Amino acid sequence: MDRKEKILIVDDEKIVRESLFRWFEEENYAVDTAEDGETALKKYSKEKYDLLLVDMKMPGMSGLDLLSKIKSIDTDAIIILITAFSSVPTAITALKNGAYDYVTKPVDPDELAHLVKKALEQRALKIENTQLKENIDEIIKPDNLIGESFQIKKIYELVHSVARTDTTVMIRGESGTGKELVAKAIHINSNRKYSPIITVNCGALAETLLESELFGHEKGAFTGAQFRRKGKFEMADGGTIFLDEIGSISLRMQIELLRVIETKQFNRVGGNELIKSDFRVVTATNEPLEELVKTGKFREDLYYRLNVFNIIIPPLRERRDDIPLLVNFFINKFSSVMNKKIKSVSKEAMDFLMNYAWPGNVRELENAIERAMVVGKSDSIIVEDLPFHVSRNSFDFNSDEKSLASMEKKYILKILNENGWNISKTAQLLEIDRVTLYNKINKYSLRKDEY
Amino acid sequence: MDIFIAPVRFYSNLLLQNLVIELSKRFSSQIQIIDLNINLDDFFSVDRRQYFSTQIIAEAIKLTDTFNGKVMLITDVDIFVPVLTFIFGEAQLNGKHSILSACRLHEEFYSGVSNESLLLERTIKEALHELGHNFGLRHCIDWDCVMHSSNGIEEVDIKGKTYCRNCISKVEGYKK
Repeated sequence: MDRKEKILIVDDEKIVRESLFRWFEEENYAVDTAEDGETALKKYSKEKYDLLLVDMKMPGMSGLDLLSKIKSIDTDAIIILITAFSSVPTAITALKNGAYDYVTKPVDPDELAHLVKKALEQRALKIENTQLKENIDEIIKPDNLIGESFQIKKIYELVHSVARTDTTVMIRGESGTGKELVAKAIHINSNRKYSPIITVNCGALAETLLESELFGHEKGAFTGAQFRRKGKFEMADGGTIFLDEIGSISLRMQIELLRVIETKQFNRVGGNELIKSDFRVVTATNEPLEELVKTGKFREDLYYRLNVFNIIIPPLRERRDDIPLLVNFFINKFSSVMNKKIKSVSKEAMDFLMNYAWPGNVRELENAIERAMVVGKSDSIIVEDLPFHVSRNSFDFNSDEKSLASMEKKYILKILNENGWNISKTAQLLEIDRVTLYNKINKYSLRKDEY
Repeated sequence: MDIFIAPVRFYSNLLLQNLVIELSKRFSSQIQIIDLNINLDDFFSVDRRQYFSTQIIAEAIKLTDTFNGKVMLITDVDIFVPVLTFIFGEAQLNGKHSILSACRLHEEFYSGVSNESLLLERTIKEALHELGHNFGLRHCIDWDCVMHSSNGIEEVDIKGKTYCRNCISKVEGYKK
């Protein structure tokens, strides 16, 4: 896709012109070059450019002279000056004369990209760039969020109503229900979609690494840090930060997090510069946060700060109508990746998939289809291809007890007993977290001697 | 049409082999390692303590102009183009030559902790990115696409590992 923005590079050094030409060309800009001020003026009189990148020191007309001349023709022209370090005071004079900004040679590519983007965004506020927006709408659909059930339609509605508001959202649901997909759907339907969504899995971060990971660090902040690194909050500038497994962060980090969410500013580790970042917060958890607040494991002020708008994703067993759609989606997905010709599911296998409890939710279904497609030999998935620990023979699938709850109770108890009531291992096998498992043990009043 | 990988002052055989394996999974083209006799010292900037990538590519063109396919140089030295402090790689848009530097892809330079799998992932992303330019792709606005620009390591890590639906159609011989 071509951008509409046109950039004119004015520099007497051919090598610089060519480097910048290629760099901006890859960035999708329409680029033109001029080797001196006179040529630049001629080109500017014939064609309108959105941004000029002008070398300060050129033989003949200097960058400053060119700046004044162009500004006298077009006061809205955006000009960024390139200068050597020694002429920074002159560059400051240039700013007073209407230059948008200046960069010193050599410039950090990230800095240059941001500067140009910011300058053009400012200009785009005046000139609506509809073409770009249409293209973005076209490419970023949440194609993994599948479902036609009323429960999933309700989630679409909630996403739609909250996406454009900048409100903090908390997504709740069992493991594997697709909390990250909902977070992504919120982001790409918001006005922040041009910037990234940054995911932080709070549960996977070690306390010591968390600070550097979230806030970044300066070069030399600690042994081995040869280059600067931006943190997650800085990367989320203009976009969304998605804090997954929020219930698992320590009390110390909760204080830090609350401070950053409230002030939207922080320092990189080892740095003095105050970094400001404009981000939206979306969190997710499958833990009973209210319980954690009661027991003092989660700060109440942070809880209220995060729990502004709730989206609860139902487990797959509560929206079984979506299973055939999901199954087809995963079959299509894996058949192209695996280059397999499997196109359907036998009626028996589909009955099984429709009746299974899916403790690991959509993720478990996806894994089951993937596994079945690896082992499957015909053009249709059959029951024997499915990966469950249970099958029609080993699990009492055809028992008289038809209710889902009784099946789930039986299955959890079976896996618990098979693993000597090792909670972690059982939770892992069931692909749910330990808290959910404890809740289910309490719900069904399961005991060790019941086997 | 083949893809030729030319290690030049590149020190990790394992990374090179893994890169070839990963590219072979993704492309139907043959991935071949070739030996190019390029003396990088000729392109060293004493002031910047870095190597000028555009000139290295120009030298590679002289040596491999008759090759039928894409030629990617991979190096461990830090590379630059004038004005910018560094680049991860450079490629000819709609051409067949590119260069990729793994220097700033090493995690230990950022966190002090080596991470070989992350290094491989970053190298694959940047290799696909430079090859994408060879196939005429410019930077993509989709963050899930490997053709999104990456002006810092954070952006290399954020962007996707493969081409988006729009970009993939232009990459000849790409399987998935």
